[in-house]
Amino acid sequence: MRYLPLTPHDRQDMLATIGAASVDDLFVDVPTEVQLDGPIRGLPMHAGEMAVEAHMKKLAKNNSAAGDMPFFLGAGAYRHHVPASVDHIIQRGEFLTAYTPYQPEIAQGTLQTLFEFQTQVARLFGVDVANASMYDGSTACWEAIVMARRITKRGKAVLSSGLHPHYVSVAKTMARFTKDQLVSEAPTLEAATDGADLLDQIDDDTSCVVVQYPDILGRISDMSALAEKAHSHKALLIAVVTEPVALGAIKSPGQMDADIVVGEGQSLGVGLQFGGPYVGLFGCKQKYVRQMPGRLCGETVDAEGKRGFVLTLSTREQHIRREKATSNICTNSGLCALAFTAHMTLLGEKGLRELAMLNHKKAIVAADRLAEVKGVSLLNDSFFNEFTLILDQDTRPIVRRLADQKILAGVSLGRLYPDESGLAHGLIVAVTETTSDEDVEALATALEGEMA
Amino acid sequence: MNMLTEGRPTKQEENIAMPDQGALQTHTGNRALMVDEPLIFETGSPDRSGVDLPEAPNVESRLGGLERNEPISIPGLSEAETVRHYTRLSRQNYAIDVGLFPLGSCTMKHNPRLNEKMARLKGFSDIHPLQPVDSVQGALGLIDELATWLKTLTGMPAVAMSPKAGAHGELCGILAIRSALEARGDAREVILVPESAHGTNPATAAFAGYKVEDIPANEAGRVDLDALKARLGPDVAGVMITNPNTCGLFEPDMKAISDAVHDAGGLVYCDGANFNAIVGRVRPGDLGIDAMHINLHKTFSTPHGGGGPGSGPVVFSEALAPFAPLPFVEKTADGHFHLVEEETAEDHHESSFGRMVAFHGQMGMFTRALTYMLSHGADGLKQVAEDAVLNANYVLRSLEDVLDAPFAKSGPCMHEALFSDNRFTNGLTTLDLAKGLIDEGYHPMTMYFPLVVHGAMLVEPTETESKAAIDQFIGAMRSVAERANAGDELLKSAPHFAPRRRLDETQAARKPILVWQEPEEYAEAAE
Repeated sequence: MRYLPLTPHDRQDMLATIGAASVDDLFVDVPTEVQLDGPIRGLPMHAGEMAVEAHMKKLAKNNSAAGDMPFFLGAGAYRHHVPASVDHIIQRGEFLTAYTPYQPEIAQGTLQTLFEFQTQVARLFGVDVANASMYDGSTACWEAIVMARRITKRGKAVLSSGLHPHYVSVAKTMARFTKDQLVSEAPTLEAATDGADLLDQIDDDTSCVVVQYPDILGRISDMSALAEKAHSHKALLIAVVTEPVALGAIKSPGQMDADIVVGEGQSLGVGLQFGGPYVGLFGCKQKYVRQMPGRLCGETVDAEGKRGFVLTLSTREQHIRREKATSNICTNSGLCALAFTAHMTLLGEKGLRELAMLNHKKAIVAADRLAEVKGVSLLNDSFFNEFTLILDQDTRPIVRRLADQKILAGVSLGRLYPDESGLAHGLIVAVTETTSDEDVEALATALEGEMA
Repeated sequence: MNMLTEGRPTKQEENIAMPDQGALQTHTGNRALMVDEPLIFETGSPDRSGVDLPEAPNVESRLGGLERNEPISIPGLSEAETVRHYTRLSRQNYAIDVGLFPLGSCTMKHNPRLNEKMARLKGFSDIHPLQPVDSVQGALGLIDELATWLKTLTGMPAVAMSPKAGAHGELCGILAIRSALEARGDAREVILVPESAHGTNPATAAFAGYKVEDIPANEAGRVDLDALKARLGPDVAGVMITNPNTCGLFEPDMKAISDAVHDAGGLVYCDGANFNAIVGRVRPGDLGIDAMHINLHKTFSTPHGGGGPGSGPVVFSEALAPFAPLPFVEKTADGHFHLVEEETAEDHHESSFGRMVAFHGQMGMFTRALTYMLSHGADGLKQVAEDAVLNANYVLRSLEDVLDAPFAKSGPCMHEALFSDNRFTNGLTTLDLAKGLIDEGYHPMTMYFPLVVHGAMLVEPTETESKAAIDQFIGAMRSVAERANAGDELLKSAPHFAPRRRLDETQAARKPILVWQEPEEYAEAAE
């Protein structure tokens, strides 16, 4: 077997050194009645590369790849072009097959990239510090709510109706067990966000208000008033960014005085991959740094006074603090963080701003074209690269039918909010630099056919 | 015309002075291939970019009056500089591709490149999680196939695929236990965790709202069954046991532990971090457990990536299966794959404790893990466990004369060998030995874990090392251990030959510098 170097002769030699007659003698602690007498039944035997590849390719072919057809899905995962060098960099064996950098003298490569990643994320978000990544945006969002509880010692979190419904679901699942109180409503199909309603929800019991920016329907609104109101009640503003490319075009949440900013970093460097692995981004104001979850990389010096990097403030973490840790997270999303930071390095501020405006303006052109279709209207006054169309009928069957015609039209709100019949006519459409004019025309034409 | 025939000298002149290497300084501070790399903030600039983009359409923006009006201050590099930056940094990393990586409990085995190739097939890498299910039948089929492997290998009837890593899997299992207890109106508050457990176990139980209490270990490094039984009662929701445990030993009383916990009305969580020792040879389901996470990035070879991503599917017993989280894949009678999520859960899966992550889990890890499983097959996976255990025992018996092995007398170990610092002299510590190993060209073993052994050193060679590679490692380990036993002062300042000498972690924590700042800001901060 190609991954197992020991020969039968090696095994005999090693057993002799150990003083065991057979490998079975090494399993003496395992009760014999639970030891299998041969290869487990019901599974195939070993296979060569060609056979495995053939099997996997067959499965892969039975999917509609986004790049093979007009594609407009977003809602928390975005299809951007990933420069070729990013995938090359993350496949360097020294990055790909390294462990968590617990031995910093021989892990400066990983550590320096994490330090650069943290700095990029902090600057993008407009906050003082960022950590070395979380699993994804949805879990980072819950961790931020927990962190706000620790800081404020209050248990009521107010969630914007524009927060991604999966993020809301994750928070609801966890809150049921942790006894946190969540205030949460489904969105309504209006051009304005729920900012005004949220202002009324913030009181002296509130730990935080959680706002997605741009929100699930693509709308962009100023969070400054929410920050001010929250702070006047000693509560925190948590901003959630599911499309970090947007921050190349719009003000950072930190500029609006958000206390904690979390996000999904998949847009940069990490492909769609059917939902994972992605990379959670987590930043906050300096004064809350010791309440952060997850790993942090910090600068220091070595015994010769040379600059170097280490994992730090680990007394917050599970391997030191056990049940008193700020989070149970251990493995995070290191390699995806590397992809994010390499892509960001390639872009630089100039590239990021250009990419953001390209996305935004292509989306404007697409939105206007699609809104020309009879029976289709555009919900948004403001948006970045994603907007909500309102059709004169339930969008779920339309999305399914168009997929059969090899057009991936967007995300129907009915799928995200099955209990909200008032949202069934909504369709979230995302447009990025990868979307061509022909793609937009194909979708418009197909929608015209459906509406007729 | 005469040709110059002398050419390039091929032999060094004799009697040339050879100075002490340590005294030699280079202009750059670099040493041949050992090259320092500045930060991107020191070499890049915000107006430089490594990507070319088409021009944007000429339309008015609609950003709600929130156009960015402050610089982002993120520097860019050209593509050439970018590739070099990361390549140079990569060379300061140790990795499994570079050498044996004996981190106990982390299972640093070879990561086959076929797995990488398969994960990059566009039918897996370029599909969106919210595409209509008819357009992703292959992906759902893959998840179902991987689920079948995991259920078969563990002998458990159900599996939740969405957890993002081991600790997230633990959380999934504990939430299922809590849901099952609540469903029968049983509000138990305590989870018991052995002292030797991974830190994630107590942290997870606390994160899920439980109180955590320790279970002591006995002298043989196993769970003290009598102490456990004495503590069980109506307030105990369950136990979290690692098996094989973190001392590298199988818990022979596992079935009795499970029975005792069940008799007291609790449930059993098994931490599957060490599944590599028994995969294909023992089915955890036969040991009476109710939930166990499987680290695909350990047992099933998906790369660790310098700290992640992982993937932590959780297998469940019949008792817990109804409470598994959303979403999951179901196969209908006609071979169609169906995704059970919010839209479709009500009539299928009303007791689910809900969603614990956006979308459906770590698809990119699923493709790699399934590729690995298909490559090995049932026969190969059994061989994996046997070779992993053989290699660890070989290390244990080859080093027990120079290193104290606290549990070696009680019999063979499983896939990892545990040593202590008991024979070191002159104040030398496990950390010193670890740094000495770095100079020998190895990543050190896991140190100071488990907590039940003084100065613990946990060595897990894994099955993908050849005998020659293990013999070399044993030679290095023996040499450094002998130096530690003899009190060699030089170990205290090791490593001497790594890209960095020992780093000052105290300074890093006392005044944390977590992001780069302009040099003048550093100066201000110092004032």
